[in-house]
Amino acid sequence: MHLDKKFSHIGRSIFIHTFLICFTILALFPMVIVIINSFKTRKGIFREPLSFPTAETFSIKGYETVITGGDFQLYFTNSFIVTSVSLFFILLFGAMASYALSEYRFKGNLFMGLFLAFGIMIPIRLGTVAILKLMVATGLVNTLTALILVYIAQGLPLCIFILTEFMKTVSDDLKNAGRIDGLSEYRILFTLVIPLIRPAMATVAVFSMIPIWNDLWFPLILASGEEVKTITLGAQNFIGQYLTNWNAVLAALSLAILPVVILYLIFSRQLIRGITSGAVK
Amino acid sequence: MGTLKLKNISKSFGNVEVLRDISLEVADGEFVIFVGPSGCGKSTLLRIIAGLEDATKGEVIIDGQMVNHLGAADRGISMVFQSYALYPHMTVEANMGLGLKQAKTPKAEIKARVTKAANMLELTPLLNRRPAELSGGQRQRVAIGRSIVREPKIFLFDEPLSNLDAALRVNTRIEIANLHNSLNSSMIYVTHDQVEAMTLADKIVVLHDGKIEQIGHPIELYNHPCNMFVAGFIGSPKMNFFDADKLDVKNAITVGVRPEHIKIDAKQGDYECEITYVEHLGSDSNLYLTHPKLGAFTVRVFGQVAYARGETLHASLLKESMHKFDEHENVITDI
Ligand SMILES: Nc1ncnc2c1ncn2[C@@H]1O[C@H](COP(=O)(O)OP(=O)(O)OP(=O)(O)O)[C@@H](O)[C@H]1O
Ligand SMILES: [Mg+2]
Repeated sequence: MHLDKKFSHIGRSIFIHTFLICFTILALFPMVIVIINSFKTRKGIFREPLSFPTAETFSIKGYETVITGGDFQLYFTNSFIVTSVSLFFILLFGAMASYALSEYRFKGNLFMGLFLAFGIMIPIRLGTVAILKLMVATGLVNTLTALILVYIAQGLPLCIFILTEFMKTVSDDLKNAGRIDGLSEYRILFTLVIPLIRPAMATVAVFSMIPIWNDLWFPLILASGEEVKTITLGAQNFIGQYLTNWNAVLAALSLAILPVVILYLIFSRQLIRGITSGAVK
Repeated sequence: MGTLKLKNISKSFGNVEVLRDISLEVADGEFVIFVGPSGCGKSTLLRIIAGLEDATKGEVIIDGQMVNHLGAADRGISMVFQSYALYPHMTVEANMGLGLKQAKTPKAEIKARVTKAANMLELTPLLNRRPAELSGGQRQRVAIGRSIVREPKIFLFDEPLSNLDAALRVNTRIEIANLHNSLNSSMIYVTHDQVEAMTLADKIVVLHDGKIEQIGHPIELYNHPCNMFVAGFIGSPKMNFFDADKLDVKNAITVGVRPEHIKIDAKQGDYECEITYVEHLGSDSNLYLTHPKLGAFTVRVFGQVAYARGETLHASLLKESMHKFDEHENVITDI
């Protein structure tokens, strides 16, 4: 009986792992192709797109083009500014709104929560035309501010939805103890509540960060000027109507993956705890 | 000084009325305990006194001053919570000193007060640890220490011992009693536990469904409960209730007799009963009996007994210890 159980346990874990490995391969495949091809000559890319670079086809010309020629560093900085500033404000405003929704009883609390979470179901791109008009009217077109504002709006609903649920789990006694000790509501939020829901914050950070970093739509529409291009848009420079510099495009994309991966690694320890926190106690 | 007066406090959550017209006075230095079944509003009342919750109606008066509009930090109270509620990212010392730091007390004085409280509760070796590195009992002592450091007019405790194991509970209970003796401050304490209520309190407030049923000294509540609810709630095992006419008692609807006020004998007595269950507690024993006319009831006898389930036993109710109740379940005092 004992053996049986053990066997079925092993069987299950083989099944789960096979599934996860397949999924990982599927998800990583395009990225790996991009990265290995970014290290090949143009000929190498087209003759054998799936093979690793050999002595003959190896080339870092793409990276040279990207790093030396053009405004790659500027694009990179732009992307970085947009993503980090948006992320900061999403988490800040999201945490404050969730705290209010989870902590205070007021008229319209439920309605407010639904209203704020509504954006999860309605893609913000539906409002592109209106947003563009608004940005033109306020003179924000072709600024990073325009992108940051839009991304904050895009990120908040999911953030509020997730954080509200997590904040409800923070013990009332702890918050009350803080109140009796004379902490302001802000201090209670920032020093007592947020440290306790760090895993949830990390989860939200990752889920909000990736779409912002990868977005092509809003940079194209709201900020296509040379000075304010983000990296995903900047990489398009190398795609021409008649001639595409594939080495450069692939190199630019490979480099663009890096910061996301780094940030992900920073958050991931917290992230795993966040995802499993309900299940494993 | 630390007097408290509650005037006609009511509290509703939406349409649900949780507290109804609570009026109460706590004298300086008094140890008052709120007891009552789960959900009767004990914690809510305590939170209203603390200023963590607003009363729908009524006034909270501390030291003669109306404090309804004051925040929790400005009422001169401190509170110990059931779940300890220590700040997880701070050391024991910082936990205890935070309230004073917020109130901009000079550093030297904070240090002095924390040291004094730590000595009192034997927390000195633990001052640099974080809550995660403490045992449950130590955490609760830190929580108590945190409230001592504030030197409040009134201490509030919400079931402070219910997360501790039995042995620790007894120790901490004695510690709280000593604390009350040495500090001489007013304390308000919520508990489920009969023993805590009876041993610690100067005054017990029995709450039921958001109303005060009776206020009094523990022994007074035990000897003279004013209605069937209090009679059944105070004392363990629970008081036995019989229909008055089955006992041939006149001018009453129900008669209550405490399990310790029933005499048993193997040979003779008023009622011949069958034993359905025996609980041996060592120092005393609880016998569960049934009688064809009276139904089931409980008897508590001192020491150990040799009776077993299924045996027959004679029980006699002590006439002078009977409590009589009328049709509204209120006690009848016949003089
Ligand atoms: N924030 C709230 N919103 C709505 N109802 C509440 C709220 N807090 C408490 N109640 C209700 O008020 C009633 C009294 O709650 P309270 O916590 O004071 O009970 P209690 O006597 O402390 O019970 P226990 O002994 O289980 O701690 C309960 O019926 C509870 O459901
Ligand atoms: Mg309670």
